[in-house]
Formats: sequence, C-alpha cells, structure tokens
Amino acid sequence: MKNTKRLIVIAAALAASTSMASAAKLTFYCSAQEDWCQLMARGFEEATGIDVNMTRKSSGETFAQVKAEASNPKGDVWWGGTGDPHLQAAEEGLTEPYESPMRGELNDWAISQAESADNKTIGIYSGALGYGYNEDLLKAAGLPEPACWKDLTKPEYKGHVQMANPNSSGTAYTTLATMVQLFGEEGGFDYMKALHKNINQYTKSGSAPIKAAGRGENTIGIVFMHDAVKQAASGFPIKVVAPCEGTGYEIGSMSIIKGARNLDEAKKFYDWALTKDAQSRALEVKAYQVPSNKGAVTSPAAPDLSSIKLIDYDFKKYGSSAERKRLLKKWDDEVSTLPQ
Amino acid sequence: MVKPATQKKTAQSTLLTWLIVGWAGFCLVPWYGMEDGFFSFDWLSWGYLFDTDTAPGLFLVFQGEKLWLAPLMVFLAAPIYAVGKARTDASYSKILIICGALGFGWLIAQGFGIGIRGWQFAWLEDLFGPLGDRQFGMGYGGLLVASAFLFVFTQGIAARGAVNGDIFVVGAIGFIIAIVTIFVFYPILSMLGSAFITQENSYSVGVFFEKFTDRRLWGLACLSGGRCGAAWNSLALAILVGALTTILGLIFALVVTRTGFRFKRGLRAMTVLPIITPPFVIGLAIILLFGLSGNVTRFFADLLGIAPSRWVYGLPGILIAQLLAFTPIAFLVLIGVVEGVSPSMEEAAQTLRANKWETFRTVSLPLMRPGLANAFLLGFIESMADFGNPLVLGGNFDVLSTEIFFAIVGAQYDQGRAAVLALVLLAFTLAAFYAQRFWLGKKSYTTMTGKGDAGVHPQLPQGLAIPVFTIAGIWMLFTLTIYVMIVYGSFVELWGVNNALTFKHYLTAFSVKFGEHGVHWSGSAWDSFWTTLQIAAVSAPLTAAVGLVTAYLLTRQNFAGKSAFEFGTMLSFAIPGTVIGVSYILAFNVPPIEITGTGIILVVSFIFRNMPVGVRAGIASMSQLDKSLDESSLTLGANSWQTFLNVILPLLKPAILAALVYSFVRAMTAISAVIFLVSAQYNMATSYIIGRVENNDYGLAIAYSTTLIVVMLIAVGLMQILVGRTNVGRRMGQTRTTVQAGG
Repeated sequence: MKNTKRLIVIAAALAASTSMASAAKLTFYCSAQEDWCQLMARGFEEATGIDVNMTRKSSGETFAQVKAEASNPKGDVWWGGTGDPHLQAAEEGLTEPYESPMRGELNDWAISQAESADNKTIGIYSGALGYGYNEDLLKAAGLPEPACWKDLTKPEYKGHVQMANPNSSGTAYTTLATMVQLFGEEGGFDYMKALHKNINQYTKSGSAPIKAAGRGENTIGIVFMHDAVKQAASGFPIKVVAPCEGTGYEIGSMSIIKGARNLDEAKKFYDWALTKDAQSRALEVKAYQVPSNKGAVTSPAAPDLSSIKLIDYDFKKYGSSAERKRLLKKWDDEVSTLPQ
Repeated sequence: MVKPATQKKTAQSTLLTWLIVGWAGFCLVPWYGMEDGFFSFDWLSWGYLFDTDTAPGLFLVFQGEKLWLAPLMVFLAAPIYAVGKARTDASYSKILIICGALGFGWLIAQGFGIGIRGWQFAWLEDLFGPLGDRQFGMGYGGLLVASAFLFVFTQGIAARGAVNGDIFVVGAIGFIIAIVTIFVFYPILSMLGSAFITQENSYSVGVFFEKFTDRRLWGLACLSGGRCGAAWNSLALAILVGALTTILGLIFALVVTRTGFRFKRGLRAMTVLPIITPPFVIGLAIILLFGLSGNVTRFFADLLGIAPSRWVYGLPGILIAQLLAFTPIAFLVLIGVVEGVSPSMEEAAQTLRANKWETFRTVSLPLMRPGLANAFLLGFIESMADFGNPLVLGGNFDVLSTEIFFAIVGAQYDQGRAAVLALVLLAFTLAAFYAQRFWLGKKSYTTMTGKGDAGVHPQLPQGLAIPVFTIAGIWMLFTLTIYVMIVYGSFVELWGVNNALTFKHYLTAFSVKFGEHGVHWSGSAWDSFWTTLQIAAVSAPLTAAVGLVTAYLLTRQNFAGKSAFEFGTMLSFAIPGTVIGVSYILAFNVPPIEITGTGIILVVSFIFRNMPVGVRAGIASMSQLDKSLDESSLTLGANSWQTFLNVILPLLKPAILAALVYSFVRAMTAISAVIFLVSAQYNMATSYIIGRVENNDYGLAIAYSTTLIVVMLIAVGLMQILVGRTNVGRRMGQTRTTVQAGG
C-alpha cells in the first residue's frame, strides 16, 4: 500500500518534471535606473516569451555579487551600469566572451569597448560628462552663463556648484579622472582644489546635484549630460552645458556571466538588447544616453556626441582598481581636507 | 506544587508530536531552501525525492549524497526509545537532553562547516582533505528537524525538574533563546567578524583599526572651520535631539495634564501624526518651506532684501525634522509619567508650605526622572538610527546612518567599513542605554500604591505656564503648517515650478483599470503597497505573540539566568535599524540560513525590531494582574499553557492590540533596516518612496506618503475602537478581574 502510493507520487513527479523543465527563463542583473530595467525585462518577455527574473542593483554591487557567486552563478546576463566594473569582471574571468551578429549595426566606441575586453563585454549606450545649471537661479544671482570647466572655479560661483563625492559615486570619479586626463595629474588636482572652494555640497549619489538644481536648491550641478537633459525634459528650468575644453565619458556595458545556467536565453537577450528597436525604447523612460545601435532613435533634446569634444578616455588605466584607489586617496588627502 | 496525573500524558504526547515533526522534516520535506520559494511547490515537479536540490534529508543520505546529514538520524531515532518510558526515569531525561543537544549542535556544525565552496574553514580541509561537495542554505526540512531537536532537548530539561518540570515554560524559554540567538546575536557577531576581513578574505586586526581610525569618522576639523567626522556629528545631533525632544515632550505633557489649555484634544491628535508619517515626508516638506527656493526662505529674502541661502542643509535642517518627528514619542512616554506622579505627594509638599514652584522643582520633577530618562533615550536612539531626514537634509553634515548606507550601496561597496560604522553606532546606543540605567540607579520612584489616592494635580506655577503655553502653541502651528504643505504638495504638478493643481501623482501611483480580466492594478505603487500591507499584516501578530510570551516568562516565571534573558530580548531595542539591516545581509546572505531577497527576512527583521515594545506592553499589563489568578487556575488542574491561554491572554487584550498597532504601523513606515533587505520581488512602500525621492519625483513620493498616512489612520482608528470595546466588555461581563498588585 505504502509502496504503491510512493510510486504514484514519483511517477506524477517525473511526468510533471519533463513537461515543466522546458519553460525558458532568464535571470537578469540590471544596473541602470529602475524604470529602464523594468522596461528591458518586460520588453524582452513580450518579444520572446522567455520569463525574466530581474534584480536591480548598482554596478558596484552587481560586480560584487557576480564575484561572490562565481562558483555557483545565479545570474545569466548583466546589463547596464558604467563600463569599469564590466571591464574588471572581464579581467577577472567572471564573464563569457560572445560575438553578437548585431555588431555590424553598432557604433565604433561600442565595438572598441568589446575589443579591449576580449569580447567579454560590449557597449550599449554612452554618455558624456558635463554640467547643467538652473537658469532662473543664475539670473536671480546675476551670474554670467558658464561655458567651460575653468569657469566653474571663478570666485563669483562660490557656493553655487555641486558635485558628488568621488568616494561614493562613479560619476564623480569619472569627473576626477577626466580632469586628470584633461589637465595632467598636477593640473587636474589644482583644478579640483580650486573647484572645492566653490562647492556647496558633495552629494552621495551621482545625479543628485542636477536634481537639486532642478528643484531650485542648487545652481550648477556637475553630472552626466543625459541626467541634466532628463531634468530639463521633466519641466525643470535646466540648461545643459558641454564644457569647451572637452570632456570624458562613460560607456554603459553588457556582459554574459560565465557559467550562466541559461546561456542560450542570455545570448538571445544580448542580441535583442543591441537591436535598434530595443534601444529606441529608452526614450520612454527618459533615458537620454546615446544608444550604441546607429539606427536607434534619439531625442532631439539628447546631447549629440559627435558635436561634443570628447577626450581619449583611457578606460583600461582609470578603470583599474589600483589607479582608482590611488586617485581617491590623493583626492581625500589633498582636496577634501581643504577649508572652503 | 501538586502535579496532576494529566501532566505525564501531556508530556508523552508532546514528545511524540515533536518526534513526528522531526521525522517528517527529515523524510518528506526538501532539506535545502528552494530558489523559487517553498510554497510555489515547483520542487514537486523537479524530481522531488531524487533531485539533490529538492530531496528530503533521508533520500539524500540513501543516495549517498550529503552523508554528513546521516548522524542526524541517530539523534532523531534514539528519543523514540524514551517515548514509552516513565518521565521520572533517570534515563528518560538523559536520552532527551543528549540527543536534543547533540542533534541541534550537529545541525549547526554541519551548516557552518560546509558551505557553497565545500569546507568553510581551512583547518577542516587540512584535516579531511578536499570535500568535493558543497551545500546551500537549509530549507523547511532543516527547520522542522531543528525545531524537533530543540523541543526534545527542552523536554529533557523539564523532565529533570527545571521550572517545576513545566514543559510549556521550558519549551518557551528555549524557543525564545534560540530565535533571539539566531536573529539578534548571530547577525551582530557576523557583523563584528566582517569588520576584520581584508580584501583578500583573511582576518586582520589592522584592517579594523585602519577603518576605525578613519578621519571621516573621528575628524574634529569642524572646530577649526573644516568638517567633522560622522561619529561626532551623529553623537552631537543625537544628544541635542534627545534633550530637546524630552524638554518639548515634558512641556506638552504638562500642558495637557496641569493647565486649562483649550486644545488638549488637538494636541493629542497631533502627536499621533508623526508616528504614522513615512520617513522623508517631513524632510521634503522642510525643503519645500525652508530650502534655497522654499516659500519661507523666498518670502524673507524678498522682505529683507538679502540673498537666500542654503542654511537649512546640515545640522539645522536635520534637527528641525527630527524634533518634529520624535517629540511626540517623548510626549507619549512622559504623559504617563506626569499623570502617574501621585497628587498626594504634591499635596503633602504644599501642606508643608512649599509654594507651587518649589513643589514642582523638588517633588514633581524628581519623581519624573525615569520618564525623562526613557524619553531622552528614545530620542537619542531614534536620532542615531534615523536615515530618511539626514538623507534629504544632510548637506555636508555626514552622520553614521547615511554613511553606513552609502558604504554598502555606493561605488565604494565596502562591507567592512559599513560594519565598522555600524559597530560605532551600536556602541553609542548601548552606552546611552547603560548610562540611563546608571543614572536611575536603584531608587524607588513608585508613588502609586493602590491605596486610596484621591486628589488633583496642582496647576503649573504662573511663571512656567506662560512660556510653556507659547512653545506648545508655536509647535502646534508649525506641525499643522507642515502637514498642510504635505497634502498640498501631493496635488501640485511640479512644486515651485508649476503650481497647477492636479491628481496626476495619485493616478500614476494608484490607478485601477477595469478590463476584460477583471480589475487591473495599473498604478506603479500597487506592487509595493500590497507587499507592504502583506508583510505588515503577517509580522504584526507574530511580533505581538513573541513579545507577550516573553513578557509572560519575565513576569510570571522564575528561572536561572532570567536577567541575561531579559537583556537579550531587550537588546534589539537599542540596536538601530541600519545596524540590523547591515548585519542581516552579512549573516543571512550565505548558508546555513540563506534568506536575503525573500519576504521572510523582512518579516523576521520586523519581529525582532519591534518585539521589545510588545514585551514592555505585556509586562506593564501583566504586572497589573495578580498572581493569585494563575495560582487558582493551576490549583484547579490546568497546566501553565492552559493557564496562559485561558486566563492570562483574555485579560491582556488591550496589550495585545497595542502591540499589534505598534508593529503594524512600524512595519509600514520603517525604512532604516528595510532599505537593505528589499528585493525586486519584495519591495516595500518606503523603499519605493525613497526611489521616487532619488528620482526627483517629489510629487509622487508625497502623494504615496499621504495615502499611507490615511491608510494607517484608518487602521489605527479601527484598532482603537476595538481596544475601547474590550475594556467596556470586561467591566460589564466580569466583576473586578483586574486585581492590583500589592494592594
């Protein structure tokens, strides 16, 4: 009696397991803004019928998680977030090389990002650093319109400039690394010291300065330009500036996690995320980054990378953790301690 | 005490029940945790008994897998031998104690010894060689077996005669100790451990000291024009907030009890508001009033012809927000104390020719010391743990709670630093906890003796009444303004830029569509709203239950180590939420207990964060019930479980409801621990709101918060009606069941 019962249970279980196992699914780690992540997850589900289980964390956290799970990977694909941690994951062998058939449609900077990491990652969007200011406040304070990086260090802007703390924000670290590449190490730090005198607050999060400017709580915020455009598009009186000396940029990246349980689905997502249709949808969530697919639709409000003077940003050097630590320590010791 | 014959029978059947539970856990329920959750029952279709991921312990062992689970069978089998034995038999208790302890110990040892990468400790690998196998976190199978071992052990202890051989009481003590150890002490210890881990994953004391002596933590540059460390900032802020909320709370308590103030009811109603207000909301309203472009700032800038400034960012802003939020808590603590000072004492002083002022200074005030100390402590801890207000108003004024958050989520991703900061925070709050006990000393502050105590509190002396009135009036006006602004803010298009009135934010958050498939909850906030209600509704009764059982043990039973037990259960009261959050992700992100990203971890964190309040409420009302009630129940042949269930519990309805209300409201408004524990699947309202705030979407954040305030007002109102009814019902139905202790 007992045995027959058990047999029935086992038979039922086996029958069920063969029919259920075929349901395709994908575990998706996302490091972009929440609504964009949701859009990508739901969009892929609609396009392919594959179930997506999405987790959103910042790129630093996701990198730590992928590293921790290396012996037992739970994620399949990692999309979004600044390129440095993706490059680092490639360097440490945490991600899988893949050459997508979509490559022909991509911008050169996206391909060169892939080539610098043995095809273990690829560029999906990019954004240039710059700043934005609140037109109303600037006018009310009777200040001239700034156009260059050097303008921000002028004494009349004292107490009007905000940037994030490089220790807690990738955006602010990009700013620091950009200044070092633009003006040389000595010149770059001299610039940061001069800027320090005008800073009213080092925020924790990268895009906070421009949000404060939008609300009228701050005049000038140093951020990625697409963040500034987003505030302007939301109705705030923000004007976006591409600094005249030239500027650095980030390349948002995507990687397939090594040992992914659903490798085929991960590759499907990878190819889909590089299509012009998928990338055009970024506008629905006011993500004004420049898409890597040449055919993707961009907003007229978005900064046009071809018209901006971009520096030859050395992602390999300034993305390495040794250089990063050295620069941050130097900033901590020499800049942040100065009186304002 | 007379031991009725039924007790033996109960003991036998209890033992049998727990053994069945243990064997069921070992033979039928999947041993390891399920990735997609146990209750999806996906595991039934994945090969169940034969797949190593989903098989119960017994099937794993028989397939030659995870052989380290095999010894558990021995410890589960041996107690069966005891079932038929007499309880007084010496071997009965011996078998139960040995099997329970060894089984539980082995379960823990294998859980910590073998993890995702095989052996967890290098010395085990040296000793036994590489394992070639690994295991994940335990699931319901492990949970059932662990509970069986625990209760087998406590029954063995009871059989030896501990606490009069009462299996319910010993079991309850064992259960509380086990869960407090697992969910309070273990996380704190793992956090302590991670403060010493270097980047290369080895332990080092140097790492701790390097992070501990950081200039960003202890710097004192603000004395010379620079910026001070987060530790000093937090300490200064918490002392200021503790002191000022206590003073303000005392003022309001005096206004309500000892003056002819006209708006007493209004003042009382207003004290409830901040308690049910989600975090940030007050901070946001303050920015909208006093920020660089705030209405008040602009008004005065135009009036006086000066440039508006960012003065509110930093200490002033946080201080104002925290005073608004925490003064009501001090008020609620102090009103009981101020009312509790016996008028006869004050009358005695006046008969001895003291004037009103002398009476107040030398009699009333000293008698309020315990209340003042409690109020200060609460303000201090709340300020230390507060996360929302410093986040929006902090400016360059770094405090520990936000620093901890950004050490974990920011680009630095430094768990070690977060752990060190959390330890500093914990040290501060524990120090305050002890300072309070020390200051109160062993003096007696009781004036209520249960004897006739007719009399009226004297009115405040005139010189004190005028400033007290003024301050109370200003505060009420201010609070009112803030809340009016909040409601208004939820209806404007884009505050400060476009002040057109709109329902837009409510529609984005809470729109509902009626389609073919019935109701479609299309608003963006519904997911987190339902999750929050669900988690709050699950955790509230559990919190109340754990709290009241603990209170019962503390007031009604005597056992060895009772004071240590009390300390352990009250400890989580002094632990700030941020610390709980950090320690939980450090402890429960890895086997043997792997519950991060689930709803369970949220429920568990609420239970242990809010349990002390349940304990206090329970102690307060239980000490009003005379012990003779229990004794008569016991003499009539009931055991202690029946006594607890049928005699004590019905008399505790008000305390139960108070604990329920508190834990429900806290579960809906808490942020400091929650922010670390939410996941895509289980997102809470508060963390959704913080996301909107970070996205500069103040309108939606405020609209959502306003909705939550209304929902909680309704919930609290409903529960208060219930409390009122219970009181009346008891007085009508039974005659005088509340017997005053002492008397």
